This record gives sequence, C-alpha cells and structure tokens, in this order.
Amino acid sequence: MSEHIIFENVSKFYGEVLGVNRVNLSLAPGITSLVGPNGSGKTTLMNLVTGLIFPTHGRIQVAGVSPNDPEQMFRRVGYCTQFDSFPRGATGWDFVYNSLRLHGLTHAQAKSLAEEAIARVNLTEAAPRKVAGYSKGMRQRIRLAQAIAHHPTILVLDEPLNGLDPLARAETIALFQALGKEGLHVIISSHILEEVDRISDSVVLMSSGYVVAEGQIRDVRREVKDHPMQILVRCSNPGLLASHVFAQNHVVEGKVNPDGKGILVRTRDADEFYLLLNKIASDGLLNIDAVAPADDDVNSIYQYLIGSDGGTA
Amino acid sequence: MSSSTQATSPRDRLAAAPWQLWLTQTLNVARIELRKNILTRRGFGSYLLAFLPALAVFMHGYVSQHGVCNLDEDTKVLAGIFQLYYLRLAVFFGCMGIFTWLFRGEVVEKSLHYYFLSPVRRELLVIGKFIAGAATSILIFGTGVFLCFFFMYSHMGARGSEFVFRGPGLGQLWSYMLVTVLACLGYGAVFLALSLIFKNPVLPGIFFLGWEGINAVLPSLLQKISITFYLKNLTPVAVAPDGLMALFTVVAEPVRPWVAVIGLLLLAAAVLVFACFRIRYFEISYSTD
Repeated sequence: MSEHIIFENVSKFYGEVLGVNRVNLSLAPGITSLVGPNGSGKTTLMNLVTGLIFPTHGRIQVAGVSPNDPEQMFRRVGYCTQFDSFPRGATGWDFVYNSLRLHGLTHAQAKSLAEEAIARVNLTEAAPRKVAGYSKGMRQRIRLAQAIAHHPTILVLDEPLNGLDPLARAETIALFQALGKEGLHVIISSHILEEVDRISDSVVLMSSGYVVAEGQIRDVRREVKDHPMQILVRCSNPGLLASHVFAQNHVVEGKVNPDGKGILVRTRDADEFYLLLNKIASDGLLNIDAVAPADDDVNSIYQYLIGSDGGTA
Repeated sequence: MSSSTQATSPRDRLAAAPWQLWLTQTLNVARIELRKNILTRRGFGSYLLAFLPALAVFMHGYVSQHGVCNLDEDTKVLAGIFQLYYLRLAVFFGCMGIFTWLFRGEVVEKSLHYYFLSPVRRELLVIGKFIAGAATSILIFGTGVFLCFFFMYSHMGARGSEFVFRGPGLGQLWSYMLVTVLACLGYGAVFLALSLIFKNPVLPGIFFLGWEGINAVLPSLLQKISITFYLKNLTPVAVAPDGLMALFTVVAEPVRPWVAVIGLLLLAAAVLVFACFRIRYFEISYSTD
C-alpha cells in the first residue's frame, strides 16, 4: 500500500468561491511544508486530506485510504487544526482522554496514552484545569497532544506554531523533528518560513488556490530560472575569484563581502559555477574556505514565486 | 478492491463487522454527550420546563390538604397538564433545545470537527448523540411527569393510595411515562434531523410546532402525519376539547395502542436513518455557518 498522500486533479469550490483548483500532488513520507499567503488554500487542502470537507472534483488517497472512511483513516492520521475552540467545559485531560476513548480504547489504555501525549507537550501540571483558562500557546499544545496521542503515522498540522512563545516554539519544532525522525509523515502549514525551512524535507507552495511549486526545496529553487541563484564563497582572495567568475556568461553579478573575505555570486547556472570553482581550487589559484547557497531556502523561494504581497510573482 | 472482497456477500460483511468496537464507540459518544447535556448550565431551561408544573401541583396539594379535593377533577387536571403542557410545550421545546444542540451547537461552538477527526463512523456519532439526547430528555421530563403524578395523589392519603395501587392510577402512570418516552424519541429524532439539514433549525422547528399544534383541526388523514396524533392515542385520560377548539376539532379514527407505539418507533428510526445518511455528507465550514 502506498504511503503517499495523493491528490488527483482535486478542486474545491465554496459555492462560486475557489478553495483550491486542479491540485495534483503526491506527498512522500517525511516533513512537508505547505507555504502560501492567507487565502492561498493551505487549510482547504488540509481539510480535504482529513475529510472535513469533500472535493468538488478529483480524488484523494491518504496512504491508500479515502478520507471518506474515517474509521480506517484516523487510526493512522492525527490532525491539529487551526480552530482555536474546544468542547464546552473540557479540561485538558478530558480533551485528550475522551478523544482516545472514541478510538474504542479501554480506560487504562486511554489513560496511559493521554498521560504520555500530555507529558510530551509539557502540560502535565495544567491538564486537570479547564482549557478555557489556558493561554493560546497552551491551547495550541493541548491540541497537538490530542493529535499525536494515538501514535498516528501521518500528522497534519495547520499553523502549529501560531501563538507559541519563542521557547515553546523551539520545543515544538524539536518535537516535530523528533516525530519526523520516528518516521512520521508530517504535513505542516506555517507562515513562519524560517522555521519551516529548518525542518522541512519538501515544500508545497500555494497561491490563490493553485499549487505554484512543489518538491524538495533545492529542486524547487533550481526550477526558478527567473531569479539567478545566489552562492556565497568564502575564500582567501575574492578579487581573483571575481576576475574568473565575471568571464562566465552565466554569472550575472558578484559582490565582494564587506569583510573582504568572500564573494556573493549570482548565477543562472549553479552547476556550471560549481564546476568552475572546482577547477579554480584544483589549479591551486586560491584557497576556498566555504561554499554555500544563499537563497535556496523556503523564504527566498516564497519571495521569488509568490512575492511579499502574496500574489503570484 | 480484490475480487475475493467483491465476492463477499452482505451477510458475510455484516458478520465480519466490528460490532463490539462500534458498540463501545457509540457508548463512549453517548457518555461524553450525557455529561455535556446534564451537567451544564444550558440544561437549566429544560429543568425549568420539566419541574415547574411539578412545583405547581405540589403547591396545589399543599393547599388542598386542608380542604376537600376531587379525585376525578384532579385526574382530569393532571391529564390536561400532561397533554397540553408537557406534550405540546415542555417536551417539544425541551427536545428542540437538547436535540438541535447535539450537532448544531457543536457547529456554533466550533468543536464538531473533533468528532469528525476520530476513527468513528459518522453514523455512530448520530446514534451515540441521539442516545444521549434521548436519555437526557427522558430523565428530565420523565422525572417531571412522575413528580406531577406523585404530588397530585400523595396528598389525598388513603383515597390516593387506593386510586394508585388498587385502581387505575398505576396504569395511568405507566402510560404517561411511556408517552413521555415516545414523545422524547419522536420529537428528538425529528429535531436531530432538522439540525443536520438547516443552519438555523429554529424556524423549521416553529413550523413543526404549528403543524403539531393544529393537528386536531386537520382532516383525519393529515392528522396521522404527526407525532401528537399517536401520542394522544396512548394517553390514559382523554382531554375533551372545549370552546372554539371543540367547534373545529375533527375526530379522527383512533389507532390501536400497539400501532401507535410501533408507528412512533418506526418514525423515529426512519428519521434517524435519514440523519445517518445526511451526516455522511456534512462538511465542516464554520465560517459559513
């Protein structure tokens, strides 16, 4: 059975309003980030995956199971939604424990799993209190506990870092990384691009209901031909390097670092540039200390493809 | 799907279904909902509707202790309270509040998705919630009706005991309780279904109230398409219409008690089946609700 999450020509319209249109995706296990401005269709895509809404056209399969079959699907899937609401009068403990009892677990099984999940999000002391009295960050964490409590293999997280203070955010990101290492298939939507970038294996960029780009971040960056790649080279003699690189057609710009120990090159053909660097180094013309892409992160791709205003660039 | 699966007959599939798991999940849904229905401030309205007449009957009994009370008269008063107040108002509005809130309330409070994100068949959610709503309404209104009956006859001393334990009293009490249970199931199923069809089930609920209210003046055939008609057939003491109402009332041919009971149960079951079908296509879009 395929472990992929597959969208086949999926469209969703709310009346005449477009949610997502003609989405074709195959998300492999690992951590995948959905990135896009507000209204781009990220939440619609997540709600479609989890069967909270149904596609107007197309078909979705989650690890071989249809979202129309909650009985099978939610044994394997956990979804931490963006809805900041809870069952009336529930304590943190009730919230997690009751959701586990709905799986058909016994009291002892549900108790053990609830304790484990609540401890994992550091809310053991607050668990007996009513959720209504929680801070936004605590509410976010108890939702996360509920989503991971039954040990899902696929975890869908809609803006999971919203409302978290820096410490809780760092802890939560560490938790996502740990879950990713445990082999979970994690799908995250977030506006906090720098943090998404740190943990994602692949990215899906969305704008106005369409998938603008998808794949591994470096591959996506390579596909963005309109914007030359920026590569930072730390070396002993940036002036000499500049004289070599400017002779190449694919190099459009070179900027010596203010500290005089490196050069930032913009090139239309990164592979050619790396070959050139290899040749320069092997000829012993200069000592190269470090080479690093400067704009193959989610933030840069977002800016290039979608733009800061949220419209497709 | 494999060919062997396709070849499986419906009977085999039913036999292979995880009935024990489904039962556990349904009871867990009902348990969670019962706590919400009974132990919250929202239930206060239903308690008020159920117990106000009991308080009034208690006061009547207290006042009558020192005077002469008429057993026949009080039996008719109790029948009137039951038919005109409990059946037409209290149970009706109580069930409207309890059953429409089971799903629509969760949409308003944006918490329904937690149920939809659990590995529970949506049909089981409907059944579990219906069980919780039915248990709540039967408990509240059954207790209210029982207290009315108790206070009505307890102050009569030996005459009251004679009527209840050696006369028709106990049979009447059982009938009142049965009708209360059937009313809760019938109205409950209708309101649960309405809440899955309409974003604001109050308006169709008022139409439903009107339909049930004018039931007595409708042609005989139309009277049979109502819950009140069957419930009236099961009440132990008839309340004759008087005044202007008597002028317009159409006396329909009564149905046998077992037909009324089975008919109401079938109606509730049919509406529940519809609700189960409806919930399968229910989408969570709180912003548009």
